[in-house]
Amino acid sequence: MFESLSTKLQNIFSKLKTYGRLNEKQVEEVLREIKLALLEADVNFKVVKSFIAKVKERAVGVEVMKSLTPAQQIIKIVNEELIDLMGGAPGKITFAPKSPTIYMLVGLQGSGKTTSAAKLANYLKTMGKKPFLIAADIYRPAAIDQLESLGKELSVSVYSDRKSNKCEEIVRSGIKQGIAKGSDTIIIDTAGRLHIDDEMMDELENVKRAVRPHQILLVVDAMTGQDAVNIAVSFRDKLDFDGLILTKLDGDARGGAALSIRAVTGKSIKLVSLSEKIDSLQIFYPERMASRILGMGDVLTLIEKAEATINKEEAASLMERIQKQEFTLNDFLAQMQQIKSMGSFDQVLGMLPKLPGSSKNAFSGVDEERIKRVEAIIKSMTQEERKDPKTMNGNRRLRVAKGSGTTTSEVNRLLKQFSETKKMMKQFSNLGSRAKISRKISPFFNF
Amino acid sequence: MINRLKDGLKKSREGFLGQFTGLFRGSLLDEDFWESMEEILIQADVGICATTKISNELRGLAKKLNIKDPEELKELFKKEIVKLLTINNDNLVDGGYLNLLLFVGVNGVGKTTTIAKMAHKFINSGEKVIFAAADTFRAAAIEQLQEWGSRLGVDVIKHQRGGDPAAVVFDAINAANTRKADIILVDTAGRLHTNVNLMEELKKIKRVAKNELSKGLVKTVLVMDATTGQNGILQAKLFNEALNLDAIILTKLDGTAKGGIVIAIEEELKIPIWFVGVGEKPDDLQNFDPQVFVEALFE
Ligand SMILES: Nc1nc2c(ncn2[C@@H]2O[C@H](COP(=O)(O)OP(=O)(O)OP(=O)(O)O)[C@@H](O)[C@H]2O)c(=O)[nH]1
Ligand SMILES: [Mg+2]
Repeated sequence: MFESLSTKLQNIFSKLKTYGRLNEKQVEEVLREIKLALLEADVNFKVVKSFIAKVKERAVGVEVMKSLTPAQQIIKIVNEELIDLMGGAPGKITFAPKSPTIYMLVGLQGSGKTTSAAKLANYLKTMGKKPFLIAADIYRPAAIDQLESLGKELSVSVYSDRKSNKCEEIVRSGIKQGIAKGSDTIIIDTAGRLHIDDEMMDELENVKRAVRPHQILLVVDAMTGQDAVNIAVSFRDKLDFDGLILTKLDGDARGGAALSIRAVTGKSIKLVSLSEKIDSLQIFYPERMASRILGMGDVLTLIEKAEATINKEEAASLMERIQKQEFTLNDFLAQMQQIKSMGSFDQVLGMLPKLPGSSKNAFSGVDEERIKRVEAIIKSMTQEERKDPKTMNGNRRLRVAKGSGTTTSEVNRLLKQFSETKKMMKQFSNLGSRAKISRKISPFFNF
Repeated sequence: MINRLKDGLKKSREGFLGQFTGLFRGSLLDEDFWESMEEILIQADVGICATTKISNELRGLAKKLNIKDPEELKELFKKEIVKLLTINNDNLVDGGYLNLLLFVGVNGVGKTTTIAKMAHKFINSGEKVIFAAADTFRAAAIEQLQEWGSRLGVDVIKHQRGGDPAAVVFDAINAANTRKADIILVDTAGRLHTNVNLMEELKKIKRVAKNELSKGLVKTVLVMDATTGQNGILQAKLFNEALNLDAIILTKLDGTAKGGIVIAIEEELKIPIWFVGVGEKPDDLQNFDPQVFVEALFE
C-alpha cells in the first residue's frame, strides 16, 4: 500500500543532480515523506510536528557530505535526531542500593504485563539474581494461575493470595515472603487497567506508597496508536513511573508509540520483548528502534560498512563500467564478494530495509549457500562467457551446470537475474549524474 | 445503550471533539481548515490513506455543492464516514443449526473476554452455548475460559495445555451435537498475523470445523483492540487473507482511544463490525451502530 520510504526518497532525489548545501525546498520535500513515514509508524501527531521542525532547522543549509546523496544526508540527520529523542543510550535495568530491588509492572489491559513479569524474572536469573514474583492481579480470571504456571516453568517462586481482595495487602505480604526466601529481586505483576479509571489508578498509587518500588515499569504494546501519549501521561502523572517495557515487537508494527512516549514523558525505554518465548526480553537499543520506525532497516550502518569495506577505486571503476554498459558477470561476482566481506551474510541481510508491508527484504531467500553456488557457476564460465552471457546456449549452460555441480535451472536463474540487474543498472546510469560516479557505495545499496 | 456509548466516547473524546467544534465554528473553508481536519483524523488513528481519501472526497463535495458553511460540511463529513462504516450485517447465527464462531486476533486484544460477553448475549436470547478452549498455548488460558464458563454456566470442552487446537474444536463439535447446543464459541491463542505457522494452525482449525459443519455455519471473528495503531490494517488484512473474516469486534472503547483504525480497515476491506467492547464485564458489549459511532465522535 505504501511505497517504502527509501523508494520515495530515491524518486525525489533522482531528479536532483546538484550537490552543495541543502536548500529549503529539497529539505521540505524530503521531510514531507519522513513525516508521513513517522505517522504511518504511529508516532504521535504532535511529536511528529515538533520533530520535523527540529530536523528542518538542522538540515537546511547543511553541506552534503561527499560520500552521501542529499537524501542520505537528511536521513542521517533524521536518524541521529530520532536516536537522540529516544535517549541515545541503550536501556538499562538498575538495582536498588539495598536488596531486594522491587520492580512493579503496570499498564493497560492486554499490554503483556504478566508475560513480561515472567520474562523479567528470567532475565534477572540469567544475570545471576534470585528473582521472586508477586501475583497482584486479582481481577482478571486466571491471572494468578497464569503467573504461577510461568513461575513453575522458570523455577521462580510466586506469591499469591486467592482469598484476599486487597492488592496492597497482597503485595506487602508478598515482599515479606520474598525477603524471607532470600530473593534479591521482586517483581510485582499488577492487573491491567484503564488510565482513566480513577479507582483502579488509586490502587496502584496505594501500592506504590506502601512498598516504594525501586522501579515502576509501564508495559506498552508496540502496536499502540496515537493514544499511547495520553496513556503514558496519565500513568506518569499518577505514578511517575521510571521506564518502559515495549512488548510484541516481533510483529511488523513500527513501534512509533515508544518514541512518542519517550518524547512526551521523558521516560526511557528499558527493555523490549521480541517473541512469546520466555527468554525474549532484550535491552532496548535506540538505533535499532530508529531504523525500525523509519522502516529502513539499519541502512546507515550498512552505508558506513559499505564505505569502509569497498575499495574506493574499485567502486569508481565499477561505476564507470556500469555507465558504459560494460557491466559483466565478473563484476557481478565481485559485488557478491564485497557483500560477503562486509560481515556474515545474515548480518548484512538483517541490515537491509524490509519491503513495505512484508517481513522480507529484497534479498530474503538468498543465503550464503546460494551465493556459493552462484560463485561456482560464474567460475565455471569462460572469460568470454562472463563478458557476454548471450553466448550461453543450451550446451554451454549444461556444461557450466555440470562443471559447477549445480543444475541448469540454477544457471538459467542466475543469467536471468544478471540480465535484470544489468537492466536496473542501466536505468541507474541513465540518471547519469557526475555525483553518482564518485559515490563510494555499491549500486545495490543506493536509495 | 446509545447513551452509554456516547458517555464512554465522550470521556475520551473531549480533546478530539473540542478541536472539531472549534474547527467547524470557523467560517472560512481555507486550506488550514482541511489540514486541521486531516490532523484530527490522523490523531484518531484513521491513518494517512483513509484520511486522504475522506478529505479528498469532502473537498470535492464541498466544491460541487458549493458549500461554504462549516456546519453543513460537518454533516456531510459524518455522512461520509457513516457510509464507509455501513456494511450489510447478516445474522450472526442461523437458528435451528449448530453454529461455530471462531475468535481470532493478536495477543491481548480481548478474545477470551469477548467470548464471555458473546455467550452472555446468546444465553440471554435463549441459545445453548459451548466453549471450545482452543488456546492450548498460553499459560492458564484454559483456566481463564473455564472461570468464565463457570460464571456463566457454559460447558467448556478442553484438552491438555500444548494439545492440538483443531482436535479440541473437533471434540467440541461432537459434544455440541450430543448436548444439542446451538453455538460453539472457540477461543484461540493470541498470535501475530506475521507468524506464518500460527496462521496455518488457524486455517487448520477452520478446515476441521468446516468439515464437520456445513459451510455457512462457521464464522470467523477478528477481535481488535481500539488502541491499535496503523498495524491494525495489516492485522485485518493478513487475518482476512488467511481466514476470510466474517466480522470484526472492536474492544476497549471505554478507554481514550478513538478506534479510528476501523475506519481505515472498512475503507479497504468492508468487513462487518458486529459489536464494540466497552468494559470487562459480560454485559459490556454493544451493537456497532455507525451512526452512533460517528455521532459520538462529533459530539
Ligand atoms: N477496558 C476494557 N478491557 C477489556 C475489554 N475487553 C477485554 N479487556 C481486558 O483485556 C485484557 C485481555 O483480555 P483477554 O480476553 O484475556 O484477551 P485475549 O485476546 O484473550 O488475550 P490472549 O489470549 O492472551 O491473547 C483483560 O484484562 C480483559 O479484561 C474491553 O472492552 N474494555
Ligand atoms: Mg485469550
